[in-house]
Amino acid sequence: MAAYPQEYRYSKEHEWVKVSGNKARIGITDYAQQELGDVVFVDLPSVGDTITAGQPFAVVESVKSVSDVYAPVSGEIVAVNDHLSDSPELINQSPHDEGWICEVEMSNPAEVDELMTADEYQASVKSEAE
Amino acid sequence: MSSTNQGADGAYPLLFERSVPGRRGVLPPATTVPVAWNPERLPASLRRARAPLLPELSELDVVRHYSGLSQRNWGVDLGFYPLGSCTMKYNPKVNEAIAALPGWQRLHPYQPEQTVQGALQILFELERDLCALTGMAQATLQPSAGAQAELLGLLLIRAHHQHHDPAHAARRRQIIVPDSAHGTNPASAAAAGYEVVQVRSNDRGLVDVKHLKELVGPQTAGLMLTNPNTLGLFEEDIETIAEIIHAAGGLLYYDGANLNAIVGIVRPADMGFDIVHLNLHKTFSTPHGGGGPGAGVIAVTPPLAPFLPGPRVEYDAAKNQYHWRAAGPWTVGRLREFYGNFGVLLRAWAYIRSLGAEGLREVARTAVLNANYCRAKLQDCLEVPYADRPCKHEFVASAREVHRRTGLHAQDLAKGLLDRGFHAPTVAFPLIVEEALMCEPTETESLQTLDAFVDALQQVVHLAYTQPDELRTAPHRAPVGRLDEVLANRHLKLRWLPDPPATGPTAEGPTP
Repeated sequence: MAAYPQEYRYSKEHEWVKVSGNKARIGITDYAQQELGDVVFVDLPSVGDTITAGQPFAVVESVKSVSDVYAPVSGEIVAVNDHLSDSPELINQSPHDEGWICEVEMSNPAEVDELMTADEYQASVKSEAE
Repeated sequence: MSSTNQGADGAYPLLFERSVPGRRGVLPPATTVPVAWNPERLPASLRRARAPLLPELSELDVVRHYSGLSQRNWGVDLGFYPLGSCTMKYNPKVNEAIAALPGWQRLHPYQPEQTVQGALQILFELERDLCALTGMAQATLQPSAGAQAELLGLLLIRAHHQHHDPAHAARRRQIIVPDSAHGTNPASAAAAGYEVVQVRSNDRGLVDVKHLKELVGPQTAGLMLTNPNTLGLFEEDIETIAEIIHAAGGLLYYDGANLNAIVGIVRPADMGFDIVHLNLHKTFSTPHGGGGPGAGVIAVTPPLAPFLPGPRVEYDAAKNQYHWRAAGPWTVGRLREFYGNFGVLLRAWAYIRSLGAEGLREVARTAVLNANYCRAKLQDCLEVPYADRPCKHEFVASAREVHRRTGLHAQDLAKGLLDRGFHAPTVAFPLIVEEALMCEPTETESLQTLDAFVDALQQVVHLAYTQPDELRTAPHRAPVGRLDEVLANRHLKLRWLPDPPATGPTAEGPTP
């Protein structure tokens, strides 16, 4: 199992958040990409969209299923990883880095505190797999 | 161009790839009549700049192409497939014989009523029979297929709310579906403009009633449910579920996907459903493959009947005559021209009439018995969640343990079955069971066939633990080997294009 970066925060719906200042980069976790299998399409949000914590904002499609991606934090989207349009496999190859989905300007940075730490997430994933 | 059914790369050549410039199937004699057709009379914007790129072939080329394809095909007429009624049951040949009678073949929808009394009688009786089996008051046979019927069901829900409480109808914007639902339910609800809300399954594989109570409110338009559900389990709390939805002012929609388990035994109306959707290819054994045509039916309780599309057939006992009755003023409107896919409806009628009420009951009992037999025999080699009680017409096994120990997926087991002469079961669905293998044997399979299927699946599971690599690359004995689904999905090719780009005609279609 890939290491979960210590500086990220994680949601129970298997998204990660990398915070820098008021901005948060969002993607799905290694566990999520393994569960999905080979990703074949990502329905990306657009820059300027507003997303709300707990609500779906993107769709990841694999050979076996189509899954919503839930916003771990609220805010306005300021950047989108356009590479995913042509290379959705980045999510499988590099879920925590090159497979990032979007970046938001957070409207309520306190939401980050409610997310799990890497250790907490790892423990929750382990219990889910059992 | 190869005249065989094997291209250079081992793939089956397309008609386009068999094309030879100038070759024709039919050579009509030169016409002696002056040509009246003048393309100049069409506006330039509607005219093609180039001829369409159609394959140029002889009649025999085309016959061999399709005969070759049919030999590589697999269907229930060749062997067992555990996809069950949900995909399509075995179609008894008597249905086909009846539908092939010349009197039916030559019907025209514009014929006067007096000349099509027999056809009207079939439609009338089929509606009555389906209403008797579901406990509903009226039904429309008009929808072209299941998806259209599903959309109609949702339009009826909206019409009902608009009629009874126009001030608050717009507020009822949510349709609730269980997390085990068929994907079509949320898709249809979204297509009808509803917001889809998911209700969880509990640890018994049934709708979590507590969660449902939290979800309902003045925003609830209705609930879409199959019973038995996708796990093949009967929703035991269905009466409570109906009460909760009705108390919130919503309606209950029954997806008939799994009616095969309960036909003739229990009626959706008695469970509290308001709208029943029937896909006739499922329980009522009509053809379905190859893109249809299908036939969807929506049956409803009396309060919803005024919203149905028209026309429907009525019987005038005094005159002993059947006639069309137009839809009433509250109808949601027509879904298509004329009266539905009559040839398909006729087959469903033939199926129901050839079995009779007791025969249909026997269908459900045998389908349930066969599923339970397979499930019991498979429990030694595969995990079967929720096996604390009998299943209905289908069950979902899990290859989770195989996956953990070997890295193989349910799909690899499914591919291995192909090499043993069986079609694969549904894999990776429902999503709430990990590494799901959903099996629905139906009532038509013999004990010997069921035993052979279970043996084959046991062999495949054994192979997974002993020679996993053989399954990783399976199938080895099917007309085509392991397909690269990921590549196919990432690089969608939805139509054939010449390679390299041809000069002259192209497949680009009309030029604006």
